[in-house]
Amino acid sequence: MTRTLLAIDRVTKNFGRIAAVDDVSLAIRENEFFALLGPSGCGKTTLLRMLAGFETPSAGKILLDGKDISAVPPNRRPVNLMFQSYALFPHMTVRANISYGLEMERLPAEKIRARVDEIMATTQLSQLADRKPEQLSGGQKQRVALARALVKRPRLLLLDEPLGALDKKLRGAMQMELKRLQHEVGITFIVVTHDQEEALVMADRMAVLKDGHLLQCDTPHEIYERPADRFVADFIGVMNFCEGSAEQYGVRAANDALIAGTLPDDLSPGSAAIAAVRPERVALSPTADIANRVSGTVEALAYHGLDLQLHIRTALTEKPFLVRVTADAANRRPVKAGDTVEIGWAAEDTRIFRN
Amino acid sequence: MTSRSTLLMAPALAWLTGLMVVPCALVLALAFFRRGIYGGVEYTFTLENFAQVFDPLYAGIFLNSARIAGTATLIAVVIGYAAAYAIAAAPRHRQPIYLFFAVLPFWSNYLIRTYAWIVLLNREGLVTQFLRWFGYTGEPPSMLYTEGAVIAGLVYNYLPFVILACYAPLSRLNPELAEASRDLGGSAFTTFRRIVLPLTLPGIAAGAVFVFVLSIGNFVTPALLGGGRFQMIGNLVYDQFLTANDWPFGAALSMVLIAIMMLLLTLQAFAAERASGRATVREEAV
Repeated sequence: MTRTLLAIDRVTKNFGRIAAVDDVSLAIRENEFFALLGPSGCGKTTLLRMLAGFETPSAGKILLDGKDISAVPPNRRPVNLMFQSYALFPHMTVRANISYGLEMERLPAEKIRARVDEIMATTQLSQLADRKPEQLSGGQKQRVALARALVKRPRLLLLDEPLGALDKKLRGAMQMELKRLQHEVGITFIVVTHDQEEALVMADRMAVLKDGHLLQCDTPHEIYERPADRFVADFIGVMNFCEGSAEQYGVRAANDALIAGTLPDDLSPGSAAIAAVRPERVALSPTADIANRVSGTVEALAYHGLDLQLHIRTALTEKPFLVRVTADAANRRPVKAGDTVEIGWAAEDTRIFRN
Repeated sequence: MTSRSTLLMAPALAWLTGLMVVPCALVLALAFFRRGIYGGVEYTFTLENFAQVFDPLYAGIFLNSARIAGTATLIAVVIGYAAAYAIAAAPRHRQPIYLFFAVLPFWSNYLIRTYAWIVLLNREGLVTQFLRWFGYTGEPPSMLYTEGAVIAGLVYNYLPFVILACYAPLSRLNPELAEASRDLGGSAFTTFRRIVLPLTLPGIAAGAVFVFVLSIGNFVTPALLGGGRFQMIGNLVYDQFLTANDWPFGAALSMVLIAIMMLLLTLQAFAAERASGRATVREEAV
């Protein structure tokens, strides 16, 4: 295991009587691409601003390379932040924007020039060196903001919703671009985002926050497959939920059907529970060995190219059941709205949470 | 222009023509005539009045006015910018209240405000009493009827203009720009010098030109607080029209003064135009 670069040790930040960040501990490793994920108001931006030095923790410590930096002002931290608004200096050219941070380090002019040229080549900005920020597109501004932070060669780069201002298509391309860059420059990245898809795609590991609390911290795969609670399950990806009460081998739904699955350790039979299953784990016309099965009527179909999304009305849930089948599977067994179908999923694909 | 917009503009145009363009044209015309022997105007063309303006005696008064106005401008900009900075840094909901207090003096008459300074500065005025209260027993300081009193009056009267002019760009400045500078390693002072100041310079320029233009042509403040000893160009014009009865020379002085003001205002407008091309002070945070 690689060593820990940044340790967030029981950090709390109070604004008046509200705890924006409440007793959060995280360890971020060297060269990791880490994502802080959560809905707006979950405290992720406050946490990021504490790492950058714009806020001081009310309690707890922030250790970088083992040294407490909680009280170090932002201009003395080997940490740089890429702002959500990019915050490019409007009166300076692209080159001047990128040089600024190195001028603050009082490096010799030729050295600044060389490093700025290098980073502009890496971020494909060489052609735009003499432009002013207002003459740039959203994607170009984003690259300038990134270059301006990267040129300082920080120990840690913080990115606040780095792709938030870009349109969807560009966002997809930039996600891969950011990963490539991070690999190339070998700098630890912490990205704040409210977009779970973005976090899943980019992050090596991610932390899910809600109301200032850390809910879960793990790899995207683990969080997707084994969400810690109902909120995480709902927030990451798409889930079908079915409320009921816990029994030894699953959840008894409102229509008296038993949804087979394994109870988590913190749940005992008899207490309120909720069963969940991912739409892609649900099959049409399940084979005989599938434990959970229910029939329903197809309400709507949505074609997504690679797959097909079905809304199926069943007795199990009030909301229509979401089912995602591959285009191939849909071809083998064509369905149309109004059809009655049987759907099912294996007991090991059921996730059960306290409700 | 459509007939409708012409109609809508007509009252304003009539007002401007009748009360601005025509009087100015009359004054301009007057400047090219000769002074009558017993006052009045003799309608023969001459450039003598303009030549007289550049006579060292009168040119000196111009320079003196420019120096006093310049000093007042400098002081007003320093105080006004600091005040605007403090207001813009205050919590959003309190800013309108502070701005209200900043412009409150405008609600009373200029003359009354200037008279108030006489009450403050005269030999047994409030300032002297204040000093006495702290145990000062010497001669009362002579503050009234000095150049300092004139400058204080000008600064006081025009300060709200500077505060308003500087507040606008300061309040629009994206606070993340200053944070970005800090994040990139800039000290608080460097951040101010390289980011905040250049981006709010248009406001400073607008406020400064305002104070300078209003100060250099001012005649009430130097008359009341300068006691007539520190003649400024405004007093000279006043004297020519009302005391010396030399209307053509007064007109020529006025024209030169107006030309200086117009030049400064035009330069400022050009600079603002150029700056607005680049100062996208607050970037959209989408």
